[in-house]
Amino acid sequence: MPRHRVVSLLISTLFFAFGAWVIVSGALGQTRDGRRSAADRAEGLAAWEQVYSVLTHPRCINCHTATNYPQQGDDRQRHFANVIRGPEGKGVPGLNCASCHQESNADSTGVPGGHNWHLAPLSMKWQDVNDNPLSSAAVCRAVTDRSKNGNLDGPGLLKHHEEEALVLWAWNPGRRPDGTMRTLPPLSHAEFVAATRRWVDAGTPCPPGR
Amino acid sequence: MAKYQLNINGQRKEVSVDPSTPLLWVLREDLKMTGTKYGCGVSACGACTVHVAGVATRSCMLPISLLGDRPVVTIEAMKDDPVGRVVQDAWVEQDVVQCGYCQSGQIMTAVALLKHTPRPTDTNIDESMGGNICRCATYVRIREAIKVASQKLK
Amino acid sequence: MSAATKKTDDQQLNRRSFLRVSATAAGGLLLALTLDLPATAQEGGPPNPQQKNYPPDAFVHVRPDGRVIIQVNRLEFGQGVQTALPMILADELDADWSQVVAELAPAADIYKDPVFGIQMVGGSGSIAHSFQQYRELGAKTRAMLVATAAKRWNVAPDQCRTEQSVVHGPNGQSFKYSELAIDASRQPVPATVRLKNPSEFRLVGKKVRRLDSRPKCDGSLKFGLDLDLPGMKVAVVAHPPVFGAKVRSFDDHQARATEGVRDVFEIPVTRGGTGVAIVADKFWTAKRARDLLKIEWDFNGVERADSSELRERYKQLARTAGLKSVARGDAKAIEGIAASNLIVAEYEFQYLPHAPMEPLNTTVRVDGDRAEAWAGSQFQTFDQMAIAEVLGLKPEQVTFHTEMAGGGFGRRAVTDSHVQREAAQIARRLRGTPVKLIWTREDDIRGGYYRPMHVHRVEVGIGADGMPSAWRHVIVGQSLLAGTPFAMMMKDGVDNSSVEGVSDTHYNIPNFNVSVHHPAVNVPVLWWRSVGHTHSAYVMETLIDELAARAKTDPIAYRRKLLKPEAKKLLAALDLLEAKSAAWRRKLPKGHAAGISCHESFGTGVACAVDVSIENKRPKIHRVTVAVDCGIAVNPLTVESQFQAGVGFGLSQLMAKGAITLHDGLVEQRNFDGYVPPYMPDAPVAVDVHIVPSAEAPSGCGEPPVPVISPAVVNALARLTGKRYRSLPLVTVQAD
Repeated sequence: MPRHRVVSLLISTLFFAFGAWVIVSGALGQTRDGRRSAADRAEGLAAWEQVYSVLTHPRCINCHTATNYPQQGDDRQRHFANVIRGPEGKGVPGLNCASCHQESNADSTGVPGGHNWHLAPLSMKWQDVNDNPLSSAAVCRAVTDRSKNGNLDGPGLLKHHEEEALVLWAWNPGRRPDGTMRTLPPLSHAEFVAATRRWVDAGTPCPPGR
Repeated sequence: MAKYQLNINGQRKEVSVDPSTPLLWVLREDLKMTGTKYGCGVSACGACTVHVAGVATRSCMLPISLLGDRPVVTIEAMKDDPVGRVVQDAWVEQDVVQCGYCQSGQIMTAVALLKHTPRPTDTNIDESMGGNICRCATYVRIREAIKVASQKLK
Repeated sequence: MSAATKKTDDQQLNRRSFLRVSATAAGGLLLALTLDLPATAQEGGPPNPQQKNYPPDAFVHVRPDGRVIIQVNRLEFGQGVQTALPMILADELDADWSQVVAELAPAADIYKDPVFGIQMVGGSGSIAHSFQQYRELGAKTRAMLVATAAKRWNVAPDQCRTEQSVVHGPNGQSFKYSELAIDASRQPVPATVRLKNPSEFRLVGKKVRRLDSRPKCDGSLKFGLDLDLPGMKVAVVAHPPVFGAKVRSFDDHQARATEGVRDVFEIPVTRGGTGVAIVADKFWTAKRARDLLKIEWDFNGVERADSSELRERYKQLARTAGLKSVARGDAKAIEGIAASNLIVAEYEFQYLPHAPMEPLNTTVRVDGDRAEAWAGSQFQTFDQMAIAEVLGLKPEQVTFHTEMAGGGFGRRAVTDSHVQREAAQIARRLRGTPVKLIWTREDDIRGGYYRPMHVHRVEVGIGADGMPSAWRHVIVGQSLLAGTPFAMMMKDGVDNSSVEGVSDTHYNIPNFNVSVHHPAVNVPVLWWRSVGHTHSAYVMETLIDELAARAKTDPIAYRRKLLKPEAKKLLAALDLLEAKSAAWRRKLPKGHAAGISCHESFGTGVACAVDVSIENKRPKIHRVTVAVDCGIAVNPLTVESQFQAGVGFGLSQLMAKGAITLHDGLVEQRNFDGYVPPYMPDAPVAVDVHIVPSAEAPSGCGEPPVPVISPAVVNALARLTGKRYRSLPLVTVQAD
């Protein structure tokens, strides 16, 4: 059997085994030779798990809800005072995100802030409606789906992680109202960017499963 | 202490305060404008609501150092604001207030709502007013007054 | 005449114009009437509130410019008394309402509640107790003005009539009240006076808008917290984290280094504890400096209350008979009831904070052997005495100004005046300087004086007719009165404020047994709008609803059948409720249910129907219909408002985060993120209020809205979910 037929058989096996994620990750993972080695893939998936550990940290996931409200705090409480998403993820008139959140942290009063403070769109939800974080596979699928992620390809995702103000904020989250520091994601920003790069270089592979 | 040039209700004001001081306390103590109220200090009640560059803002948690050159409008200016005056009149007509302590913030929030959404639905009202506590719970009349004001703003 | 001489003459005349007489009315009513000299007022221009020199005992002041200044002998904190009491007086006076100005009276004997004998707001008594008083004040003032005019015209007083601040004579003559004021002040105050027949009322019974609306809408009204005096400093206090703990040592190095901090020192606080006061030029400075204090606390000998532990202890206690409150019929009857005809219900209620919108505050200035204080107080004379005691002065050496208050709900009626004592302690150290003590919201939420935690255990035996035949009810909760000046009101150890609403139920229940345990707990407790009725009405009205459901009887019909015939106000309210709510209750949308309750408190009968569905595991209240019998509704607009909003306030105890809990002595909530009162989306969308027409004396409307709403809502939820909700707060709601 010619080698390419073996490969295509393997691919279709994977397809049936793992479902549509192959199409999704394949679409973004297209590289020069169009194919990935198993080793690349394994390394990419390992990198993704690091990325996932950051995305599901409260500093990030609190504004990637599936509901009409953001969360706050390390215990990911529903945001107090009935703060809601609003049509553009910026609250509603009279109760905007910007009603409290400024362009930078307000450490004397404990309000976190950053440029264009807002909720991620519902297409970028990383939680279910009961506020439980989605699985690694589900978050990966969402993040790599260009119809949902603002049409970002791999390099676009990397740039987002490197430069977006609200992503950077997670590593400079400021003080709580009681004066203590907010907790940071499990990786440093540099480590997070490096992991994202490895994952993108591996073709943004996503783990199997739901 | 640091000096700040402020634009409050269209007037230039200069204050010399600690940069960490929230706008609320600059208004209340340095400028003696006590219409803006302290209720919780953590943005959970809305009694301190003012408009900063047109955005309804909880002044209790906004350090003066982060205000920049954005103009501030307070309850004291509402009687001269076309929407503000209509809202205040509706509040009086509907006999909304009880203790009245939260009402500066309620009115500032309602004005922000009506400037953006002149014909709000009940859901719009619930969402926009949803962060303002009235401990007397005059909510039924607040809702009615917003609707009356909306009619008059046609 | 020199200016100085003239002033002296004015003063003499003012003193002479101060007329007083003891009247025969109940409660030792005093009338006082003061009238200005026109010249003085013209020269002086509009009165300057900062320099208001209160005569100690004036109620009515007819000014030369036509304005009628009426002193309100109570705190205004939302309940509308600042409009209603002047309405009553102005009606009998036939004053021009547009010229009426209401002022809050300072602390003084003459302003004491005619029934309670202290100056206070509480027990929903403002109108109930002062209705007659203010009518007589108005009528006597009118009589003196009429007598003056009659004398000038040489006609009989009964030939004159009055309207809109004018006396009209028989031949077309007329005098404005302001033209008669000086001479009228020399008239004897009549000992008795004819009061209007209710059909003659021009203001009472009419919907009159509040006098304080506009200044509360444009930010110009000054609350106690808005007070600004020359040279004033601001103070905050670091309170002990456990009630009664003391400062062992503190490091104020950083706090004192904060620019604008003037002083840092230890002061006594409530329950024998101590705290650290910080005085600064401004609030934010004081608050920041407080955050920088390092305090070692001494918890020796201090009980650390814990809600979970209290709950278990209370539940054990509830299984034993307590101090007897009511023992009617056969106490053993309940024991002969078969299990199938028995309901055994245990209810749990948590501590509730009042959390008025305006944080607690008091300003005090001490000058030599005088002091002046400003506070929104429900207990002016108590607070005045407490300040005097701290300063080693007599109460009359302390001028106590009543400031408009941003809510209170009982929190400003504190028998130990702990906030005023703190303020006096601080001001004493800064003699000559006014100091405004501000309790931050965190101080308020964690500061105690809560509605006490309660457990009720009720056994109800059901007779063959489906009606309760035996009822044994044990209540466990701290006494509000024990250890206070009101302790003498307790009878055989029973604090009636714990059992009211159960012990005096209007339901006709034979074999009715109520007892109470009053455990001592290291948590300061206080009356919370509607006091014992907050929990007693919940228990009674949910159980009655359960009984009605078991009897497969309409909940209104069941209540009507079980009520004693003498419960006239409740029966009238139920009839009106049925008439006004039957239509919407018949056509409820799918997923909605109606809930019913009725309860009498403070002499007012209230019945309530709610339309409830479940959204996001929470009750959504679409509509409330309330029927109320409060005797004469002095201002039906205020009555309507009180009920519309009061039911919203009552929902506080149903909120998911609507309670204070303690763990190891520490309060677990800090602010409105942890203790969450109702916001607009939690409140009913619409509340229609219907008043039973009545010619009876008015009864209270401040508290009676509160008890009815929670049981009505959970009675509706029981229909939707099949569950009876016996523990508050109500965290989540869903059908199985």
